[in-house]
Amino acid sequence: MVHRLDRPTPGTATAGLRPSRRDLLRVTAGVGAGLTLALMLPGGAAPAQDVAAAKDAGDAPFAPNAFIRVTPDNTVTVVIKHLEMGQGVFTGLATLVAEEMDAAWDQIRPEHAPADATRYNNLFWGPVQGTGGSTSLANAFEQMRRAGAVARAMLVHTASEAWGVEAAAVTVEAGVLRHAGSGREASFGAMADAAGRLTPPDPQTVDLKAPDRFRLIGQTALPRPDTAEKTDGRAVYAIDVRLKGMLTALVRRPPRFGATLRTLDAEAARAMPGVRAVVRLPNGVAVVAESFWQAQKAREALKIAWDDSAAVTTGSEAMLEDYESLAQTPGTVFRNDGDALAALTEPQARVVEARYTVPFLAHAPMEPLSAVARLTDSGIEVWAGSQTQTFDVLNIAEAAGLRPDQVTLHTVFAGGSFGRRASVGSDYLREVAGIARGLTNQGIEAPVKLIWTREDDIRGGFYRPMALHAVTGALDATGRPVAWRHRVVCQSIMAGTPFESVFVKDGIDGTSVEGVSDLAYAVPNVMGDLHSPTSPVPVLWWRSVGHSHTAFAVESFVDELAHAAGADPLILRMDLLRDQPRLLRVLALAAEKAGWGLPMEPGRGHGVAVHKSFNSYVAHVAEVTATDGGFTVDRLVCAVDCGVPVNPDIIRAQIAGGSAFGLSAALRSRLTLDDKGVVEQSNFHDYEVLRLAAMPEVEVHIVPSTEPPTGVGEPGVPTVAPAVANAVFAATGTRLRRLPLTLG
Amino acid sequence: MVRLKINGSVQELDIPSDTPLLWALRDTLGLVGTKYGCGITQCGACTVHVDGQAVRACQTYVGDLVDAEITTIEGLSGPVADAVKTAWIAADVAQCGYCQPGQVMQAVALLAREPAPDDDAITTAMNGNLCRCGTYDRIRAAIHAAAGALGTAAADTAPAEKG
Ligand code: FES
Ligand code: FES
Repeated sequence: MVHRLDRPTPGTATAGLRPSRRDLLRVTAGVGAGLTLALMLPGGAAPAQDVAAAKDAGDAPFAPNAFIRVTPDNTVTVVIKHLEMGQGVFTGLATLVAEEMDAAWDQIRPEHAPADATRYNNLFWGPVQGTGGSTSLANAFEQMRRAGAVARAMLVHTASEAWGVEAAAVTVEAGVLRHAGSGREASFGAMADAAGRLTPPDPQTVDLKAPDRFRLIGQTALPRPDTAEKTDGRAVYAIDVRLKGMLTALVRRPPRFGATLRTLDAEAARAMPGVRAVVRLPNGVAVVAESFWQAQKAREALKIAWDDSAAVTTGSEAMLEDYESLAQTPGTVFRNDGDALAALTEPQARVVEARYTVPFLAHAPMEPLSAVARLTDSGIEVWAGSQTQTFDVLNIAEAAGLRPDQVTLHTVFAGGSFGRRASVGSDYLREVAGIARGLTNQGIEAPVKLIWTREDDIRGGFYRPMALHAVTGALDATGRPVAWRHRVVCQSIMAGTPFESVFVKDGIDGTSVEGVSDLAYAVPNVMGDLHSPTSPVPVLWWRSVGHSHTAFAVESFVDELAHAAGADPLILRMDLLRDQPRLLRVLALAAEKAGWGLPMEPGRGHGVAVHKSFNSYVAHVAEVTATDGGFTVDRLVCAVDCGVPVNPDIIRAQIAGGSAFGLSAALRSRLTLDDKGVVEQSNFHDYEVLRLAAMPEVEVHIVPSTEPPTGVGEPGVPTVAPAVANAVFAATGTRLRRLPLTLG
Repeated sequence: MVRLKINGSVQELDIPSDTPLLWALRDTLGLVGTKYGCGITQCGACTVHVDGQAVRACQTYVGDLVDAEITTIEGLSGPVADAVKTAWIAADVAQCGYCQPGQVMQAVALLAREPAPDDDAITTAMNGNLCRCGTYDRIRAAIHAAAGALGTAAADTAPAEKG
């Protein structure tokens, strides 16, 4: 079992992308440059000229393809290929490198990688650099460890040569190389220069630690290296980037999705203080001023008439009515085991029916969308919390009228994202590039920062789609579920995008039905079908994607089946999951820790939900109390199995944070369009998210595991809403089937 | 011209008096630790201290701040601030971190006024500070920890003060 960690994960793209013998692991170094390791991937042509350039630069340790830089000052810089947006990837990937290097944790400095898919691609995404789907730690687990192990091997070799001793007799601990026999020791920094002259071994030939030798992986006390700067205000997000002479741009976009500009009168706006330019964009009009405040005031002075001929002009209530009608008709089948329709019409079948609906939701990261661009003769430089660098570069290039190789994209901390910064068309980055281009065309040479106001963010689209689930089940005479028919009505997030061919197969957008298509319950007859209505409302992945609504339907419905059968909802789940050991384990653990089955006062109740998403397994037990006309969530107990727990404290933070995010959707957030198609909410006063007062006590229990690690950014979200809805039913006898959950 | 006293030094700014303090700090003075999150006092990301009180800089106008002592996250100092920052770092409160300067400013103002707040007092004081990453449990724990550390420090120095 121990060696399990070192094998590729079956069924993941790692298998196909494992570095082959053609891979290069090379060291580039100039005098004093220290050790730079570069792990090359297949297809990543080793740019020899870059290596040479780095050598010529003398003290420039930045060579391409590098994950690790050791400098003589004893700092180990770990180059992080993923976006740090709060999920802790700086800590996670640095832990892997430090573990295999046997570095001291306090000598590690993570930094964002440049945009370059040949070196920094997500191994699960092919030739694409990006962060999402809770893949960061999983895809980089072996890659980062091998990079660290190679560094260690080279440092050991260097020490053994310097000291004239056997390499096997050199030990490494907390960044110090030692030879016990002679009592000699040296820091990594002291050996860096000499190690930089070696030819590195093939990364596939270096030994990785067996899990029982891990010193950092699994350690709870490892502090996050980015905490201090995020506590005292030094951390820089895109909205904080300041360049000399920089201007600020705000964009007026149409109030209805799909509308276009008909007429523009910018005279009044142009005359306002500080205004430097007005730029027409494909989706709106930018006002560019010397400061945010000036730009915001001037934006209000724009006189615009919109052309609504292709715009959405119906409200979300009417759309939902259409969804209800659609749900009466068969959709495209995505799963069909046995014969669900026949089982539902068996004479002795007890039929249970329910409909669940969820609204559109905005991501609302605390840092609204923002980016800085500087367009010069040589190209465009952009600073952003970029979540999909490879696509962002292509989109920026297109909007700026340049070639992709003329784009330099600097990734900076993102103040949250939850999927928003991974918009498929890089909407906000196209805007900033278009504005920079417009300024240049108007003879203005200045860098520009685009800021979306919170109102822009809430009204700007790219929502989690509204969805309706119509589910019908049948129990046999003994109360066992024998049929499950599940119809999903949900706008596709991938239709019409360049990814349609990847995500939409045979008319099924997999992200609309994930969590139902892989329904884990042992029900003999299962049928699922899908309607994908279209609308001009832009929709997108939102933390946990399809699972954010499918788990609500599935886990509410299985609860309804249990109650219909007179069974304990926990016992029924355990019975139907008897062949699913990892789901079973988190379910049992959460239930045990929550005190499931212990008597509760009247008006209080427990609800449970369990779900697999992004290859992680999560169960939540919610404890609620009915209040006068409402309810409160007092406690959430969560169990998670995410394979080997690399950073237990970050797992706890992500699951607690995911629980809060899930609670926002369960209790508060709702994005609606009025009957003329205009978004009704605009800021946090009417698009509500969870506040501290409503945050229950959250307990997170981690299942010990030696399976390869899987993500935790998203899997904490899906089970929250159904656990709460099920608890409300237990406490009050009222079944809530619509998010956000409201009693009465 | 507007005269502001920020982090102990007087600044003359050539901006209209109806400019929100938030944008004077960020755009004119380059003090970007104070964040924009909503612009309408709904999130607390822009929290600063004016004469020791936590206020929302997005809806405070520079013309109203004559003679006021303004402190931003960059200028925050003293034993309470140190205790709060230490507790925040020890608990690894921050995720994306974007709300955290505002949370820290709010927590320091609370503890300066009420050295040992109970859960209700923490809820009342902190409920206006949103954290979309959901770090609320750690915020609460860190405030208790900071209060505890300040209490211990006060107890340690008490006899010395008496003597
Ligand atoms: S920006 Fe001031 S409270 Fe949100
Ligand atoms: S830490 Fe991200 S919003 Fe609070």
